[in-house]
Amino acid sequence: MAILIQFVIGLIFGLGLIVSGMSDPAKVLNFLDVGGIPAGTWDASLAFVMAGAVAVTFIGFGYVLRRARPFFAERFYLPTRRDIDSRIVAGPAIFGIGWGVAGFCPGPALTALGFGSSSAFIFVAAMCAGMVLARFVANLPSLTRFVAPADPLET
Amino acid sequence: MVATSFTPMASLVGGALIGLAAVLLMWATGRVAGVSGIAARLFPPYEDGEFAGRLAFVAGLVAAPLLVRLATGSLPPQTIEAGTVTLIVGGLLTGFGSVWGSGCTSGHGVCGLSRLSPRSLVATVIFVAAGMATVFVMRHWS
Repeated sequence: MAILIQFVIGLIFGLGLIVSGMSDPAKVLNFLDVGGIPAGTWDASLAFVMAGAVAVTFIGFGYVLRRARPFFAERFYLPTRRDIDSRIVAGPAIFGIGWGVAGFCPGPALTALGFGSSSAFIFVAAMCAGMVLARFVANLPSLTRFVAPADPLET
Repeated sequence: MVATSFTPMASLVGGALIGLAAVLLMWATGRVAGVSGIAARLFPPYEDGEFAGRLAFVAGLVAAPLLVRLATGSLPPQTIEAGTVTLIVGGLLTGFGSVWGSGCTSGHGVCGLSRLSPRSLVATVIFVAAGMATVFVMRHWS
């Protein structure tokens, strides 16, 4: 049941990407193209996608996170770090360049697979390779010499 | 480049659907709807027993256009102008960078911002700025 629900949630997410226009790289690139403002080719739509999504999650998370636990799990798994390290700067910088080069971020790229284009398939294959590489590098012994101890109060 | 029309209402509604999916995933599994994190964990090393759920979520993302085509008989426009080399370079950078920075547009831009995470705010500002700078160089520096 939990698996089926997650499929439906992915479906809703994908529908949102299609309805909002984010599944079209041309629209994404025209949003990122602030140099097109004087010529009138800038497409501000993406800002509205972000606004709609953040408004719903801001309110929705407030309700959900007040519950004792998730429906299918024992606890909530939330990122708690608040420090700004080099990876939180370098990672998004690299990702942003990739986003600007092709017009795909991970969600729309996966949804684009369902449009049946071979271009999306090539992008997703390369994206997966990049993801595996990043996890491999992050787990190299030279980068994992220091780890935070497990919370002693965690049961 | 291909001109696209400004669609504030459709984008707002689509964005709200994305937000709804993120809230539902938090309600169901207690996890952040970050597509890069979910997709990356479909590959080893496996750290928990959530593989099937993640695969189902990604299958839903891929199936969404099929549902739209079934319901309406057509799909909205999708223009991919990038050539093979550009797609490979863009894919590698997108995959590596989103995992290296612990999230992408959905994890940082939607879930993180709505939780007022300072790390997500920094990440979102940087990837939007980097994307804008890249498009500027590619379109206007020639």
